Amino acid sequence: MTASAKPAASSSAPQYKVLGTRPIRHDGTDKVTGRAIYAADLHLPGMAYGRVIRSPHAHARIRSIDFSAALALPGVLAVTSAADMPDLKNKFADLGEGRVNLAHLGANCLAQGKVLYRGHAVAAVAAVSPHVAEEAAKLVRIEYEPLPAVTWVLDAMKPNAPLLHDDVFTESMGQLSDKPSNVSRHIHFEQGDVQRGFAQADVVIEREYRTASVHQGYIEPHACTALWNQDGHVTIWTATQGSFSCRQQVAELLELPVSRVTVVPCEIGGGFGGKIPIYLEPVAVLLSRKCGRPVKLTMTRSDVFEGTGPTPGSFVRVKLGATRDGKLVAGEAWLAYDAGAFPGGMIGPGCMCVFSCYEIPHARVDGYDVCLNKPKTAAYRAPGATQAAFACESVIDELAERLNIDPIEFRLKNAAKEGTRRVDGPVYPRIGLVEVLEAARASEHWNTPLAGPWRGRGVAAGYWFNIGLKSSASASVNADGTVTLVEGSTDIGGTRTSVAMQLAETLGIAAEDVRPQVADTDSVGYTDVTGGSRVTFATGLAAYQVGLDIRRQMAERAALLWECDPALVRFEDGVFRTDGRSITFKELAAKLHATGGPVVGRAAVDPEGPTHGFGAHIVDVEVDPDTGKVTILRYTAVQDAGKAVHPSYVEGQMQGGTVQGIGWALNEEYWFDDRGQMRNASFLDYRMPTALDVPMIETIIVEVPNPDHPYGVRGVGETPIVPPPAALANAIYRATGVRLRELPMSPPRVWAALAAAGKSS
Amino acid sequence: MATVYIPAALRELTEGVECVKVEASTVRQVIAALEARWPALQGRLRQQDELAAGLAVSIDGAISSRGLLARVGPESEVHFIPAIGGG
Amino acid sequence: MAKKHHLSAVVNGEPVEFLCEARQSLLEVLRDVLHLTGAKEGCNNGNCGACTVLLDGLPVNSCLVLAVEADGCRITTVEGLADATHLHPLQQCFLEDAALQCGVCTPGFLVAAKALLDKNPNPSEQEIRFELANNLCRCTGYDKIVRAVQHAAARLREART
Ligand code: FES
Ligand code: FES
Repeated sequence: MTASAKPAASSSAPQYKVLGTRPIRHDGTDKVTGRAIYAADLHLPGMAYGRVIRSPHAHARIRSIDFSAALALPGVLAVTSAADMPDLKNKFADLGEGRVNLAHLGANCLAQGKVLYRGHAVAAVAAVSPHVAEEAAKLVRIEYEPLPAVTWVLDAMKPNAPLLHDDVFTESMGQLSDKPSNVSRHIHFEQGDVQRGFAQADVVIEREYRTASVHQGYIEPHACTALWNQDGHVTIWTATQGSFSCRQQVAELLELPVSRVTVVPCEIGGGFGGKIPIYLEPVAVLLSRKCGRPVKLTMTRSDVFEGTGPTPGSFVRVKLGATRDGKLVAGEAWLAYDAGAFPGGMIGPGCMCVFSCYEIPHARVDGYDVCLNKPKTAAYRAPGATQAAFACESVIDELAERLNIDPIEFRLKNAAKEGTRRVDGPVYPRIGLVEVLEAARASEHWNTPLAGPWRGRGVAAGYWFNIGLKSSASASVNADGTVTLVEGSTDIGGTRTSVAMQLAETLGIAAEDVRPQVADTDSVGYTDVTGGSRVTFATGLAAYQVGLDIRRQMAERAALLWECDPALVRFEDGVFRTDGRSITFKELAAKLHATGGPVVGRAAVDPEGPTHGFGAHIVDVEVDPDTGKVTILRYTAVQDAGKAVHPSYVEGQMQGGTVQGIGWALNEEYWFDDRGQMRNASFLDYRMPTALDVPMIETIIVEVPNPDHPYGVRGVGETPIVPPPAALANAIYRATGVRLRELPMSPPRVWAALAAAGKSS
Repeated sequence: MATVYIPAALRELTEGVECVKVEASTVRQVIAALEARWPALQGRLRQQDELAAGLAVSIDGAISSRGLLARVGPESEVHFIPAIGGG
Repeated sequence: MAKKHHLSAVVNGEPVEFLCEARQSLLEVLRDVLHLTGAKEGCNNGNCGACTVLLDGLPVNSCLVLAVEADGCRITTVEGLADATHLHPLQQCFLEDAALQCGVCTPGFLVAAKALLDKNPNPSEQEIRFELANNLCRCTGYDKIVRAVQHAAARLREART
């Protein structure tokens, strides 16, 4: 199943006791017995239930909202709309991942004047039961004046396209266009001399790619409960990837000091980026303020599809030139990503990722962030990278074929490595792409011939950053030698354990002897969102520093016992020593009361990212020429984890990300009709992969230590979603001789492409 | 002196210059030096004494969260790049 | 408001009585009336399996069952899998094999897998994938879930012999 591809220079590699093992997760029992409390499971005395009323139009002016009939229904407790929100025109806030226009954020939670997509929240009611709330919601009368809508990115860029905002202008490095536009940002990178570069090329290939909007698809719909207490303090229990960012967003939108808001993160049923933005929280707070009770709001599945962030739909054109001997000399990319209803989509990382796997001396990238009538996009696992990689990795495959070079060989010849200058400027430090590609080439999968008609094997590489950002943690030593760890990173996939393991390693104790807790915003220092593949890396770094702090304090206690200078106390393998004397961590923990009281370690970190995560995927497919259905026969994902803290979780991230990428590649898409209405807002019609659609996902973990982390850790969560669409497109080509350049490569589309090429029955 | 790369979109304002040496110990000083040499750059990299919205600064490959306050070493390489988040 | 119905059922081995409205689903009653929040709502229309419970031994999407239909039935939820001191082998194997990430799909998978192993103690990989295709998991890619079910099946067979 998993092999360390490289005996990672085994003699010099550090020997770890805890890192690299597979302990059972600390929160596991609660999660397999149904005891873990997710946001929708919360039940408070006197709780009221809310319902959000959403726009039936893709684009319309709101003429009036009439609550009278709803308020007359017995059991209705409160109603709200944007009229209850403070005016936030031209206010910005730094939310950790960049500055955000608060007026836009607020108008996404409750529409201001216009609705910009079907499913846009317009108003809300609270009542004594969910059913009464639902009935009341139907009684709210909203008059709309429908406006023309646009849902395809290239259409929205046209000069005569319906304009979403009259206060959005095209920003290009600090300069604004003179007229309002749906295009909210233009990004431009350039290095070398692109014209000269293409002149040196023997082969040039230029292609266009399109991708549909897809959803993060977490199984838990958004849910939260808010209480505006009589003393003016607000408490929010919610499913969020970032309790502090949620606190700040709510506080900014409602113009409250952050100290008046406490966010209690519940267990979270998946996020993948989609639970970074807030949607329900400010609405629940407004309703609670009006009715004086805790108010719970939950979304239905169609609310989730229609009202929360999908990933951008995109158009990408990539042109690459190479010499006869297989060296890339020039590249050009043009990317247009939809941002959804409000500016600020994923175009930045898209532009930074499109050529990130290769050394291309002459390159130019232009990218556009485009508003249109879809839900505001949210991050989805390596946001912006998958669309770009689909295009670039497909062209790379065509070039390799044209030059008659093995596709892995071709990638190796041009792979980015330490010292490669990225097209956005910075130079790579030590990275692991070459090792990843070599491991793929050496894999059993790659070396097993694939035979049979309509079968083919594809390969693709992928890249994503790990952002750094801020994390805080503290830990107390218990008298029995265990340690209680308090951290602020919400745990969406087992990070309590991967962070606890790093503290355990630092203290020389067992993973089970650390008890990790994810705390609310009053109980731990500021911690940025769980996202950007940062938690195991950055919160892990905080845990390591907490460990060092505890070690230092414990060494002082040992020195006290031994009546020696603390500087003479060493710590090795869980034992404190000075010449001739030693005491284990556990033994010393029992003596803390007698040597000065409790030991509490603390750390707050703000590591400067990014570090860099590379992967490569190999897939074998069989295509049914009669139906266009693509069956995956075998799949192998290779990835550089730096140091795999908990190998099962690294494998799990690789497998989960891969299957999401497979869904994106083969089936998933938002279907819009000509009025901009999504027509498949259910799990029946928006088809995510089931257990029956995929095989086992083989994983190969490569470990090229990250020089910026004491244990060499790199984040692993996001990279695995990047290669699958291109790997599958390349495999389908090898199976059929037909190249698909539009996602999803669903059966009807594959069948049509085969038919157009005269290859189907 | 630090080496500062001019973002491609701004090179038309710097007579095509891609890269300059600047005497500076913070990003604020870097930008001030660029603005002094090319006044047309004013308002493009910083606005109201903050890094322009959506922009991040990379110093020797690391993205600093300190914006204009970030330290720049004598041998540093400085780039202005889009801010990234993650899922 | 219409009058509530008075029902009785055996939930996780214990007889219970409760009142419910005709429009309430079994999932709503389990979660909101009986406070058994182990079964989750992922879609409320029968397409994700997060709400899977056993109704007289057969797996059902409890969001698609009206609570009044469950009158007099035996219902098993994820809360009923473990005994007072031990996890069910499926639960244990899910933990050992890291078959959950966020865990929100896990109750549904555990109950569906129990139904499978009750009728087929030695399922093939394909049979497991087929039987669990009613349950969506967005985190794991299914690999580790399938393996955990295989391991649990082996453990249960050993225990029987
Ligand atoms: S909630 Fe019942 S199947 Fe999804
Ligand atoms: S573990 Fe998250 S949906 Fe399955």
